[in-house]
Formats: sequence, structure tokens, C-alpha cells
Amino acid sequence: MSHPITATTATGAPARSHGDTPLLQIRDLDVAFTTANGTVPAVRGANLTVYPGQTVAIVGESGSGKSTTAHAIIDLLPGTGKVTGGSIVFDGQDITHTGRREMVAIRGKQIGLVPQDPMSNLNPVWKIGYQVKEALKANGIATGSAADARVAELLAEAGLPDAERRAKQYPHEFSGGMRQRALIAIGLAARPKLLIADEPTSALDVTVQRTILDHLQGLTEELGTAVLFITHDLGLAAERAEHLVVMYRGQVVESGPARQILSAPRHPYTQRLVASAPSLASRRIQSAKERGLESAELLATTHGDGISPTRDVVVEVEHLTKVFTLRGGRPGSAKDFKAVDDVSFSIKRGTTMALVGESGSGKSTVANVVLNLLEPTSGTVRFDGTDLAGLGAKELFAFRRRVQPIFQNPYGSLDPMYSIFRTIEEPLRTHRIGDRRSREKKVRELLDMVALPQTTMRRYPNELSGGQRQRIAIARALALEPEVIVCDEAVSALDVLVQAQILTLLNDLQAELGLSYLFITHDLAVVRQIADEVCVMRSGRVVEAATTDEVFDDPREAYTRELLAAIPGAHLEVFGTPGEGLSA
Amino acid sequence: MPDANSSTRQHQEHFFAGVDQAPLGAVDLVDESGAPANLWTDAWRDLRRRPLFWVAATLILLVVVVAAFPRLFTSQDPRFCELGNSLASPSAGHPFGYDFQGCDIYARTIYGARASVAVGVLATIAVVLIGGLVGAVAGFFGGWFDAVLSRITDIFFAIPFVLAAIVIMQMFRENRNVITVVLVITTFGWPQLARITRGAVMSVKNADFITAAKALGASRVTTLARHVMPNAAAPIIVTATVALGTFIVAEATLSFLGIGLPPEITSWGADIAKAQRSLRSQPSVLFYPAGALALTVLSFIMMGDAVRDALDPKARKR
Repeated sequence: MSHPITATTATGAPARSHGDTPLLQIRDLDVAFTTANGTVPAVRGANLTVYPGQTVAIVGESGSGKSTTAHAIIDLLPGTGKVTGGSIVFDGQDITHTGRREMVAIRGKQIGLVPQDPMSNLNPVWKIGYQVKEALKANGIATGSAADARVAELLAEAGLPDAERRAKQYPHEFSGGMRQRALIAIGLAARPKLLIADEPTSALDVTVQRTILDHLQGLTEELGTAVLFITHDLGLAAERAEHLVVMYRGQVVESGPARQILSAPRHPYTQRLVASAPSLASRRIQSAKERGLESAELLATTHGDGISPTRDVVVEVEHLTKVFTLRGGRPGSAKDFKAVDDVSFSIKRGTTMALVGESGSGKSTVANVVLNLLEPTSGTVRFDGTDLAGLGAKELFAFRRRVQPIFQNPYGSLDPMYSIFRTIEEPLRTHRIGDRRSREKKVRELLDMVALPQTTMRRYPNELSGGQRQRIAIARALALEPEVIVCDEAVSALDVLVQAQILTLLNDLQAELGLSYLFITHDLAVVRQIADEVCVMRSGRVVEAATTDEVFDDPREAYTRELLAAIPGAHLEVFGTPGEGLSA
Repeated sequence: MPDANSSTRQHQEHFFAGVDQAPLGAVDLVDESGAPANLWTDAWRDLRRRPLFWVAATLILLVVVVAAFPRLFTSQDPRFCELGNSLASPSAGHPFGYDFQGCDIYARTIYGARASVAVGVLATIAVVLIGGLVGAVAGFFGGWFDAVLSRITDIFFAIPFVLAAIVIMQMFRENRNVITVVLVITTFGWPQLARITRGAVMSVKNADFITAAKALGASRVTTLARHVMPNAAAPIIVTATVALGTFIVAEATLSFLGIGLPPEITSWGADIAKAQRSLRSQPSVLFYPAGALALTVLSFIMMGDAVRDALDPKARKR
């Protein structure tokens, strides 16, 4: 078999204009996994075309087959996955069933990959430079000292300052963003014609995400590299790619120019997605307001009076400071780390206060102090006028009934050994409320409240999806009829549609039960949908505190503006509510 | 940003699948079919399909029945020995023949099971209780509890088992019995289980559901007993099953050295020791007690293996 592949030089291919022949063409692709219960299709009849230099995004929720499609291209399907039908043509060559050797020649050199998780995709025992060099060596680009020089160039090109020194460091000395830059350098090391970027920035802070994607975009445009971008975020996809492919349950349900899909989605799933993506929703609220329209129906917040001064304060945090002592290598070398620095805010009854910040901003520490799971170093937390610091064991036990948490990770927050009934019943039993019969009745009521069938109570957490588990966590939190619920990134781990569902549920419950929420999140787009007031935190301090409208319309601090600009799709033009009148 | 020249590629038009080909499902629907499953029912379902488990279970059951009701298997008295029968070949009613002292080897092999199983089971129970408690407290409460308990565990780890057992069993020279052997094995066997338990507890204690229990107002002891231990049980069970086999070996070792069970109690270890002198003329004298011991230990270790695979979702075949 002849090789139509032409060798690319280390200096890189010249920037190409979009040609007429597709670089990558996937036709009717079927991928299936073999399990003990027969074969399970993961991708069915997928079609996809990428032209040279073009950026195409595959959008879908978890389990939609978007990553499987991408991995099928470079024969990196996990486990028992196999291409069972269709064809993949890359650069004029059918690579659907190429041998291992040919595929090794294609990977890296022709098709680069930037993987999802920067934390686990770099080998922790090798220096960064060595790992980049490995990519150069494996593809026969450069060896020896020429490779060393090239490594520094590549890292600098990927946006790492002081690249020569950085190349001598180990992955643990890098932040998540820097690791992702190193992975981009590796992915582009051999100047591939196509770069597959599989959720390259999902694990990173929004501002970091923005700078990295900006950089990647500039770099691939300059090199003329085509990009296949995989993401769950429709807003991000539309902002970064010219052509979108929407996948749902292993099928491509819609594909076309990004603008067209956003403005006139045709498949009901795409309509749903466009309607609920938080980044788009917040953009829609904004543009509606700019046109002077009442956007009440777009906001999930349903209570009418907003934050009228008549509402009393339920939680008051004053000058809160929390210092952690980091243990040093030897005795006496302990260092103090100020996680929370002089934070003050208050939550009015029946409203939602959002604490927004990136990782390391101290927002979760504040949540734990409010939950009284951590002792503040100084400052006070008053609940309904009572200082939490002065509580005895008995009063603390009573206090637990009034404030309940919902955590981020739906897979970790429910005891896998407990049935759903036992999970929701536990708070009632702990506080000795009612007898067995009345408790069962209460559990049924709670399941109704979070819109789950009552039969769920006989099941175990591992049988439920992330969103369902989060509903169970909400039901458990509601069992004691608390006044305040602390949601620590409660929707961050969920798929877009499920996220929208849970946000609506939280809002309905607030309207119904008069709950107050302390909503901890890194995602300003979600804040727009749910919060009445916002505190923006950075390195333990509150940099801006205002109502949601004020923060979005008139941010006073540069950091807030930076965060706002980093919301994916912030620059997109979205009009009206898509799906209206189009729903099937 | 979408660029201007996208119009040059007309063949990349807006495509959408028909709703009949790609139907829309409800968002996040609960699957109400099928029986409820948790870790243990899943593990049991998986275990039932493993031949290794059934082989091990049958053997263990056999050994336990033999240990409990030796009379069902032989009518001979293992302690009735006639020197006239010394090293005699198998005959009717005496399928394994006779040993050097003229005792029926079959009867002695059958009766030897009781001592081995008793020591194995009792020592395992004691080790799980002591090691589990120490490990759970050290892992869950941490701090100086952990520092002190872990150092004590390390000290016991550092003592060579056989050497220490010889010294201690000397103290019981007059009244050695199953309990004293169990005591010695437990004294030096618990650190391993304490370590495993500590590790398992530490991996569970930072889970969100533990924080949630704390936020509900559940006390620390309740949390440890109700949430942490059930989730940490899997590695403990696996270690205990394998340890049971090694404890049986430990008893045999001690009896072989003459410092284990007294001669009145029939034991495989003691019989293996006695078989040494006739090894050259009649190797089958050694073969039967040693074979029974090996089979028993093997069955417990196989069981441990099967249970570990069943409890490890990564090893489980789906």
C-alpha cells in the first residue's frame, strides 16, 4: 500500500487557505462496544466533514458519543470499542481500518490530540521538556540538541513564558493552565494538519480557559491547522468554531454553520440545548435588556419583589477570616495561609446570594464556615441574629436543622451503601422526628417535591444518574425543613439540560418554601439565572458585591469585567428565545 | 469566529436529523425497571458466575463440615494406635494406611481439620476485631491517636512471628490449647488488618457523604459505624479471608515445631512433624495431612481472590 502522506517539515506547513477537498470526512460511522450483554452502539451513522484550516466543534452531553467519534478517528477507542461501519477518510486516505503501524505514523504527525484532563495526561515522573521532546522524537522531527531548542520554541509558542526554564520543571510544578499549554505544545509539536481538542479547557477556570483558547485559536490559524473541537458547552462551541455538529445519544442530530444553528435550530434536541445553555441564556437575558424588554420570563428567578428592603436578614457574615496552618517539612516551619480574608455579606430571607470565584478564591471555605463545619479564625457568622460561635453542643445540633448543604459531586455526596429511602430518612432519624410510618410518608413527599417517582426509594445511588442523585441530595437537605441551603457548586458537574432542570427545581422550591440559598459557583452564567445578589471573590477577598443586575450591567471592578468577558459566548448575537413556535 | 468565506462551501449545508430517526427522550428519566442493586447485591451476582468461587465455597463447606462432624466421615478413633500396624498399607476401612505409631492416617486427617478450622476462624475473628478497631480509630480520628496507634502497629510488625511465637508459647508449656495458639496468632496478626482498615477508612472519611452526615448533626461515632465502616468493609473482608488461610498455616507451623497444640489434640501440623521420620520409607504418611492442609489454605485464598475481584468494580466483567 502506498503512502499518500507527504512529510511535513519541522518548520511547519505554510498557512493554507480553505481548500475544496475535505481534510477529514466521516461517513455513516458506527462504533460499538462489546459488553457481557452483547454489543452496545455508541455512535450510529455519524457524518462529519472538516476542511483544511477549518474549526469544527462537536457538541453534546456526556454519553452522546462525541469523544468516541473523535477517538475513532485516531483508533484510540477505549476497551472493547470498535468501528463497525462507515468510513473515515483523512487527507484522501481511508483510515477506517488502517493497521497499527500506519496509524502510529498518522497520530501526532498528521493528527494531533489535546486531551481533556491536564492533571492526568502528563507523566508526573518526567520533566515537561522531556515529554515534548518525546513527541518530536516519536515523529522523527528532531533529535539531540536540535530537539532541545525546538522544545523551548514550541513551549514558548504555546504561551508559556520563560520556556527554557519551564521545560526543566516537572508537571506538579505547573498550574492546570500551564499543563494544558504544555499539552497543546505536544499536540502541535509535529505540525499536524488536524488537531483534535477533546474538552481541552473543561477542568480550568473560566479566565484561564479564555486565554488558552484565544491562544490556541491564534496559533492554529497561523499554522493553518484544522481543529476538531469537542465540548459540552454550546456557547463555547459557537464562539470558537464556524461549523457545529450536535450529537445526541450516539447520533448526529444537527450540523451546520454555527450562526445558523444558534439562530434557527431545527432538531428539538438542539432547540432544547440552545434554550438552556447557561452561557447563551445569560447572553439572551442581557440582549433582551439591551433592547429594553422585560426579561422576567427568561430569568429562572420567579419571585416578583426581588430584594425589597423589607426582607429580614437570615445569615450575616461579618469580617470573616479563616487561616489554615500548612505543615512544613520540619517542626517549626509551619506557614499560615489566609484562605478567607475579611469577608462580609448578608443573605436576606427568601433570596439567593451567589459567591462567585475561581478555584482557590476561598468560596468553599466560606460555605463550610457558614455550615459550621469549620471554625472561623476571626469574625462572626450570625444566623437569625444568633452568633454561631457561642453555640453549645445541643444548640449546634438544633442549628443543623436550619442550614443544610448540597455538594458539587453527585457521585460522592450519597452513601453508596444506603438505599435512597435510608438516605433521605437519615436526617429524620438522627433528629428523632416521627415514627417509622410518618417518616416513610415524609420520604415519599420529599421525592414528589424533587420530581422523582416514589419507587426510587428502593434503589441505590449507583443506579441513578448525576442529576437524579443531585435531586436526592436536595430531598435529603429538605427533610429537616431548613431555612438556608448552601449549594456548593451544586450544578457544576451536571449536563446542560439537567443543570437547567435542577436550577428550575431550586427556584420552584425557593418560591414554594421561602428558602434562602447561598450559592457557591465559578460560573457567572449560572449566577445570572438564579441569583439575586452576587459577591465576587478573589484570593480570599470580596472584590465586588452588588445585585446581579448591577454586576452584569455595570461591573465596577476590572476582575469582574474579566470574569464576565470570559463567559463563553459572551460576544455572540442571540436573539429572542429559540425554540418558540418551532417545537415539534 | 465564523469567517466570511464559509459561503464558498455550499456542500457543507445545514443538516438535521428527522425526529423519527433520532427521537427525543425525556431529560434525565429514572429507569424504574429491574431489581434494586447496590455494591453487595452486584458483588453477589458477579460472584455467582465465577467457577473459582464455587470451587472454593464447596471446599470450605466440606472442611467446615468435616471439622464439625468428623464422626460422619470415619468411625475410627484417631488416638487408637497399635504399633503392630506401624506404616501398614491401606486396607479396608483404613484407606490412607497407618503412620509410624500405627495410627489410622485417614482418621487423623479427618480429626485434624477441627483444630485447624477452629484456630483459623477464632484467630480471624479476634484479628478483625482488634485490628479493625485500632485501624478504624487511627484512620478516622487521625491526629495523635493515629500517630500513637500507627507506631504501635509498626512495632508489632517489626517482630518476627515465629521467633516471638516460640518465646511466648514457652510460657504456656503446661497448658497449651486452641485458645493459647489463637492468642499468640492474634497478638502478631492484627497489625496487618489494622493497616488495611486504616487505609480503607481514610479513603472514605473525606467523601462528601461523610460531610453531609456531619452537617445533619450525626455524631462522630455514629458516622464511623454507620457510614464509614460499611464502605470500608470490602478490603477488610478480602484481607480477612486470605488471612484465615495463613493463620491455619501458622498453627501448623507452631504445631510442627512442637510449640503449638499439645499432642492430645489431633493437628495436621503435628502429624506433618511426626511424618518426617518415615518420609523415606512411606511418603504417603506425610502426603495426607500436608495435602489436607494445603487444600484448606488454598480454598480460603481462592475465596479471598474471588471476593476481591467481585468487590472491585474495575475487575468486574460487565
